[in-house]
Amino acid sequence: MKRVATYGLVLILILPGCTARRAAGPSPTPKAYGTQLVEVSGGKQIGGVGSKLSDPLVVQVNGADGSPVPGALVSFRCVGLTFNPSDALSDSSGQASVAVQLGGIPGSYQVLAATPKSGGGTVTVTSHEIALGYQEKLGKEVSEKYCTFCHDPESTPERVSNFDNLTPPSPHQFSDGNTLNPMSDADLIKIIADGGPALGKSPQTPAYRGTLTTAEIKAVVAYLRAVADPPYPASAGK
Amino acid sequence: MSLGNQFGRVARFFVGTAPRRFASVSVLLAVVSSIAPTKDLFSEWRHYQRRYVRMIRNRPDAARLERRFESGIHQIWIPEQHVVDRCSTCHVALQEASLADLRKEPFRPHPPMPHSLTEFGCVVCHHGQGAATTVQEAHYSTKAWEQPILPSRYTESSCGQCHMDVLEGTPRLNQGRRLLARYGCAHCHAITQPDGTLVAPVDEPPSLEHVAEKTTREWIFAWVKNPQAYAASSTMPNYRFSDQEAADIASFLVAQSTASENSRKELKRAAPPPGDDAAQAGTSLYGTLFCSSCHAIQNAAGNLVGGDLAPELTRVGSKVNPDWLRRWLQAPQGYDPKTRMPRYRYDEKQVALLSTFLLSKKDDDFLANVHLPDSDTASIARGKKLVADYGCTACHRVNGVNPPESFAPDLSRIGSKPLFQVGFIRGMPETLPDYIAGKIHDPRAFGPALKMPTFSLTDVQVESLTTALLAQTDRAVTMPPELVRTTSHAKYHPGGDAGRLMEDLRCQSCHSINGNGGDMAPDLSFEGSAVQRKWLVDFMNNPNTLRPALIRRMPKFNLSEAEIKSLSDYMLSAYQASGFDSQALEASALNADAAARGKQLFYTKYACQSCHIADYKKDKGYVGPALTDVGDQLTPVWIYKLLKNPNALNPGTVMPNPNLTDGEARDLTAFLITLKAHPKGGTT
Repeated sequence: MKRVATYGLVLILILPGCTARRAAGPSPTPKAYGTQLVEVSGGKQIGGVGSKLSDPLVVQVNGADGSPVPGALVSFRCVGLTFNPSDALSDSSGQASVAVQLGGIPGSYQVLAATPKSGGGTVTVTSHEIALGYQEKLGKEVSEKYCTFCHDPESTPERVSNFDNLTPPSPHQFSDGNTLNPMSDADLIKIIADGGPALGKSPQTPAYRGTLTTAEIKAVVAYLRAVADPPYPASAGK
Repeated sequence: MSLGNQFGRVARFFVGTAPRRFASVSVLLAVVSSIAPTKDLFSEWRHYQRRYVRMIRNRPDAARLERRFESGIHQIWIPEQHVVDRCSTCHVALQEASLADLRKEPFRPHPPMPHSLTEFGCVVCHHGQGAATTVQEAHYSTKAWEQPILPSRYTESSCGQCHMDVLEGTPRLNQGRRLLARYGCAHCHAITQPDGTLVAPVDEPPSLEHVAEKTTREWIFAWVKNPQAYAASSTMPNYRFSDQEAADIASFLVAQSTASENSRKELKRAAPPPGDDAAQAGTSLYGTLFCSSCHAIQNAAGNLVGGDLAPELTRVGSKVNPDWLRRWLQAPQGYDPKTRMPRYRYDEKQVALLSTFLLSKKDDDFLANVHLPDSDTASIARGKKLVADYGCTACHRVNGVNPPESFAPDLSRIGSKPLFQVGFIRGMPETLPDYIAGKIHDPRAFGPALKMPTFSLTDVQVESLTTALLAQTDRAVTMPPELVRTTSHAKYHPGGDAGRLMEDLRCQSCHSINGNGGDMAPDLSFEGSAVQRKWLVDFMNNPNTLRPALIRRMPKFNLSEAEIKSLSDYMLSAYQASGFDSQALEASALNADAAARGKQLFYTKYACQSCHIADYKKDKGYVGPALTDVGDQLTPVWIYKLLKNPNALNPGTVMPNPNLTDGEARDLTAFLITLKAHPKGGTT
């Protein structure tokens, strides 16, 4: 009897220690359940490795009739990313919003947002965020200086797009994974270094061999691999 | 049987006789001397190396990886940089590019970088303790070593320990350094950079010596209370003054104000045309004079439209005294000799229209609730004390208060500040980057009595500033000088009569010349080699932009003929590039046949029309300048040399080097010089 009491006491002393560690982020209790989850904004953002993204990731929980569901639990999961909070209840407009901090490894991070259904099971939506390392950042700077004039159809106050002024074939956006993913690194390097005609394409893409270093050209390729949508195979699946 | 008896029997067994004593001591010695090797056998790094060996066995290039793997402690030793890094003991595959698909540390290869691993080691960039061989000691704060691994979002700061030049691969560091200079951090804090120079502020806070001419006590009160309520884009920080303090400061600033040189000048007025016409004409004049190259105004949608080189003008009508504004438009330097604003040669009618337009840019709500009691000597005295205590004169010139010396802590080595000297707020992560970021974000959270004001910065800007400050390490100071990549600190100013004129026009607010000046407009260092005299004279008479898509354009200065002659004489003789003997280009080679071949190259082989317009009827390219009158504008030698190597004559240009042969460059030059505006000359 005495021995049982001793073991019991030890167990009682140990247990709070275990639970305290596990209860670092108590997830809130859902007050409602939805049947559909959609991304509202904050996906496909680009940031430096380890940095906080400038906009939150926002998803919306909808019911069977398509109307937003407030008070539903949404969990955000992704190996390498930090969410604050990682479990949130949807607000009065059915939306859950979390701040995202990127991981330390460059590449594309697949985010899985999930909400429980009332009858059990979950509905999910995937999104992805992009972390740039040194090489990809260099590529981004180089491409924003030389390439986006023609390769980005959107204008900014500092840069008027030249996209519509070109004669067809039109340039591909760097995020155009469907076109660029099948091309090999060697071909992309060749077209940047020697211009469109090197691969039998339009001379409207000039040769950058005399302007950019080999490291810069490789950096541009690393950057467009990083921002590819759908993600480039080598950096996908994280 | 008692415990003592038992112990006695055990002791007798081991030490009862001499041979037994000898055997016991030998065994004890063997056990003791095996403790260290056993600990080593089970050490963390051996565990990782065993895992690595197991992992590579299953890889297609196992044989090669195994051949390259060496067991044992690895070390990078660079005595002159105090580097003893054993990181590669566990991170064994840092140089194995074939493992790039791995997603988990510690076996990922290092991503591509501009330096080799053996050149600088690891801790120079990543911090942490290089000599440690356990995960805990190498990466995290311990009692013996308090600087942990630098979070990856601040890694760019490490480049800044040597590189003073602007690197393309470090956008955060570059932005942080720009902000350090732009937000005037260096007015109060001394920040010595690795090359020994101090960070120089680029903001130019206005002189307050004559402020009563410019505005009212009420406006100063409202501004000091919350600068961003008047102009969202203002870089002036918020000191969180109480109403009483703000009123005292406003009383003092008005009381200390003296008469400016401008106020002694007679103000010539032209009556603006009445009513709607004036508003219309003023608005369009503001546009055609390109004030928005430097000044911004918020539009109806709440977006700022215009440049950020000069103050925002959204509510300027609620601020300025109308007579001050008219005098300022005529002669800014008569009010503030150090202003960057040029002295435009506006006539009286233009001044009347512009001032009418600017005075209409007001917000009646801004000062509606400001009712200050009359100023008295006690209030003025309190205001003077506040102005001195809060270091206002570190930025602004004020009569009777000298600039403070060593007003705020020196930040030259902030990136190596010992953590025991840091006063953290309860609950915040106790790391240096978090401390610096927290201090920039909300300084008063670290103590209500602190004087540092709150700047209106975004999270990204705070991260960039933190990156720039983390570069200020002990290591940066002790770097061998040959490693420090410095930038030029040229202080070129043009001389002579033309030089005085160029100062008056503040050419270098926008144009850089011989390494000194702004970056908004083209560099003029070689302008004399580049352009033809007639074009230069026409351009200064009527500056029409070569890049119609840009918002920022050269304003019209209304120069006299004599002034234009003086400027063009000076530029054409002083701003010459070296090696421009026209021998490089025989005029006879630039004939009609060559021009025809050049046209073919322009349109077909090099598709120049993708970026340039040679003919408004068919070309649409809008990246580079229009070339429709380039034959009037540029000298043939300049065109030829620019085509051969654009970056050499125009550093930082977007134009790629097309790698032309000499013959192709000659043919293209021959074509380009045929592009002229009109037979009678002049620009379109």
